[in-house]
Amino acid sequence: MSQGQYVAAAYGVVFVFVLAYVAIIAAKLARLQRQTAELLALAARRAQPEATEATRVREAVGEA
Amino acid sequence: MGVALLLALIVAPEDADQGVSQRIFYIHVPIALTAYFCFGLGAWKALRLLWRGEERYDSESYVAIHQGTIFGSLTLITGSIWAKVSWGVWWTWSSNQLVLFLVLFLFYCAYFMLRFSLPEGPQRARSCAVYALFGVVLIPISFLAIRLAQDFIHPTVFTRNGPQMSGTMFLAFCVSWAAVTLLAYTLYRVELAGKRIDADLRELREALQ
Repeated sequence: MSQGQYVAAAYGVVFVFVLAYVAIIAAKLARLQRQTAELLALAARRAQPEATEATRVREAVGEA
Repeated sequence: MGVALLLALIVAPEDADQGVSQRIFYIHVPIALTAYFCFGLGAWKALRLLWRGEERYDSESYVAIHQGTIFGSLTLITGSIWAKVSWGVWWTWSSNQLVLFLVLFLFYCAYFMLRFSLPEGPQRARSCAVYALFGVVLIPISFLAIRLAQDFIHPTVFTRNGPQMSGTMFLAFCVSWAAVTLLAYTLYRVELAGKRIDADLRELREALQ
């Protein structure tokens, strides 16, 4: 191997490491985004029965 | 980073003694210094955790040490490549600075073994903080080893008389160092933000279920 190839290898290794690190962080962020969406859906499901109950009570009070 | 690469690979003059292979210096040394800085930062955050008892310092210390091991691996790899070109070997056990850096690196690798072998909680945070603090002693020893031991294998560029290089070379080095530090800082902030969001989401999930 020539000296230039060794230099390219050294810089290439750094580039590959940084690229792999960014890819791992991106995958983690995607997982967090998915978890946030799941929690939002869970919170919405929790809020829905309460809202339905409140509407029923308001209707009952209105009829009275 | 682009400017640093341009300066290091094109603008900086070729070294009269080592030739093209000296250009590895512009990536190897800034990465090594950043690794030292990350380990030092991890120890500093560990000290703050023990001092103040605030939980956030645990994750900050962990992320800094994680960054340190990444940059430490890169230091060892780029150093090995440079050693192969300059000395004809991938590694030599006769250089104190190399061996001490390897010891420092392995010490902080063991930090993760300790961390992941303990149950999560304040006790783990304190144990890891104490371990991280012990490791910081190795940083100045590793850094000064070459000067203390009069090691002639690993070159000393920064002496008491200043940097032993031309103005353009020094500029390329400074820009590369700034770029690598900025990269490390960005990665540190991103990883830390991810860790915090992860912890918040876990708490939120527990609260909702």
